[in-house]
Amino acid sequence: MIGYLIRRLAGIALTLLVICAVTFTIFYLLPSDPAQAFCGKDCTPDRVAEVRRQMGLNAPLIVQFGRYVLAIFAGRTMGTGSYAVHCDFPCFGYSFQTGLPVWNMITDRLSVSISLAIGSAVLWLGMGLLTGVVSALRKNSWVDRTLMIGTIGAAAMPVYFTAMLLLYFFCAQTNLIPYPRYVDFTADPLAWSQNMLLPWLTLALATAAMYARMTRSSVIETLGEPFVRTARAKGLRERRVVSKHGLRPALTPVVTMLGMDLGGLLAGAVITEQLFGLPGVGKLFADALHKSDQPVVMGVTLVASFFIVTSNLVVDVLYAWIDPRARLS
Amino acid sequence: MTTTVPAVQEPTERQGQVPASPWRSAWRRLRRRPIALVGLGLIVFFVLAALLAPVLTAISGHGPTDTDKLAVDRFLGGLPKGSLGGVSSQHWLGVEPGLGHDIFARLLYGAQISLLVAFSAALLITVVGVALGVTAGYFGGKVDMVISRFMDIMMSFPSLIFMIALLSVAKDVNRVLLLIIVMSLFTWPYIARVIRGQTISLKHREYVEAARAGGTSSTRIVLTEILPNLTSTIIVYITLAIPGLIGSEAGLTYLGVGVQPPTPSWGQMIADSELYYKLDPMFFVLPCACLFLVVLGFTLLGDALRDVLDPKGGNG
Repeated sequence: MIGYLIRRLAGIALTLLVICAVTFTIFYLLPSDPAQAFCGKDCTPDRVAEVRRQMGLNAPLIVQFGRYVLAIFAGRTMGTGSYAVHCDFPCFGYSFQTGLPVWNMITDRLSVSISLAIGSAVLWLGMGLLTGVVSALRKNSWVDRTLMIGTIGAAAMPVYFTAMLLLYFFCAQTNLIPYPRYVDFTADPLAWSQNMLLPWLTLALATAAMYARMTRSSVIETLGEPFVRTARAKGLRERRVVSKHGLRPALTPVVTMLGMDLGGLLAGAVITEQLFGLPGVGKLFADALHKSDQPVVMGVTLVASFFIVTSNLVVDVLYAWIDPRARLS
Repeated sequence: MTTTVPAVQEPTERQGQVPASPWRSAWRRLRRRPIALVGLGLIVFFVLAALLAPVLTAISGHGPTDTDKLAVDRFLGGLPKGSLGGVSSQHWLGVEPGLGHDIFARLLYGAQISLLVAFSAALLITVVGVALGVTAGYFGGKVDMVISRFMDIMMSFPSLIFMIALLSVAKDVNRVLLLIIVMSLFTWPYIARVIRGQTISLKHREYVEAARAGGTSSTRIVLTEILPNLTSTIIVYITLAIPGLIGSEAGLTYLGVGVQPPTPSWGQMIADSELYYKLDPMFFVLPCACLFLVVLGFTLLGDALRDVLDPKGGNG
């Protein structure tokens, strides 16, 4: 198990380094000039050159890359003389737009993305598992067929459509729910859930379909296993056979998928946050994009990769812990 | 429908004929599934709409970039005049608020872009994915290790974020071409992985071993023994990849990094319609519905194709 962990960690470190390098190359090799962007539009050529020197943009690319990666772990002093600022541990630089440290901008908005991710995950797990299990137990009946066609329909539904239909009917037409605006959970849990309800539903509907289909095939497969036959032969009641013997092993792939999806969502559901105007990490990313705020775009890209790669690792380690066969591959 | 041929006739018919080719029998099985036909119908509908866009807009009389100031009410912030988003004999599906673009024309040309991007990207990922997948699977060893490692790294990239980042930094290039390349870049490993797995299992079949023992070159074995047996897998995976590609194109364009105006596209219409969702719901319903239907079409067909063609699924 320890050997497995070390192998995986080495793999992760390599992947993150590659991601870092690619991100860095994308942003620093392409025509846009960070010094010009930082300095603003009415900046004299001399001043731009000065800024470029201060930002260390004259150094060879590999040195710049080394500095950037080092800064993430060790922090970095930027600028010289009276302009010098020290950027602490996870240092991703400063936003061109607001002048704030990128890391702080990301952490400030993390709570919104976490709220969105967790709430919708609860909803889509509920809907997906229920649909999947019911479908599996009534395999090939009309209930199963209807549900499965329904899941294809739900999966094909673009998030914009769901979001705007929900907004139109619940907010604009009937005023049942106020237009979503983010309220912190600690401030007012009720308002928090009320405001997050539509974003949760939107995201959950799009995702639940996949979970339903996966649960269905997984439960069908497990119910055909010899140990389920044994359980039935022992004379256990069907309900107990399903809940105790069928469901538990069938849920392993679902848990794997959940881990990966949550990792992705922590980095922000860019489109859903944009649709509802939720100030999460995804919105930060989209806004920074429109304003060509490179350090923010780059910081979010790296942090997002980190979340995704780490959640993959967590899922794999959990999996290897549950099922020793997975350690070998 | 010929599916109602009496069953008794079949044996006698079969004796005289060459056995049906696998494709013909797959098509026959596909035809028995109404849901697959619905999917196929939707696809044909949108492909025709995209191909006939110039003809249809000539008939309707409004091009995708024509503005019609008379169809919008400038005292109401440019909202369309009339009910249902300005549906009239002039504008069959109404007009966009603001400039009064004809929605019918923009939907047709939007379908063109959407399908063009999705089909080209699908073609590209098929070529790259199959080439690398077969190479990795057939030759194994170091080649396989390098390719597989590369695929693993590509798949651990947060693809949406990277697609956005790549598209946002490149400014003055052909957006459609760039979109196709960037989308393919992050999608090919998924098909390559499946193809690799299939190739490994095909490699050890008797007829491949026989060909190898007979001194056939590797290239020839791959082309004549392996590839033909991968065709059905490729078709299924591509059909199922297309809805994802269409969705990504719309999403990237919605976020403002995909297809740029004045080229009309669904993603852009959806982004524009956000402002007006309360007052002019038709404006968001139409492009969203098109997106929904075309994605649905490909998913339904792909799902049925998987059941029909997948050797593991249901040949029985």
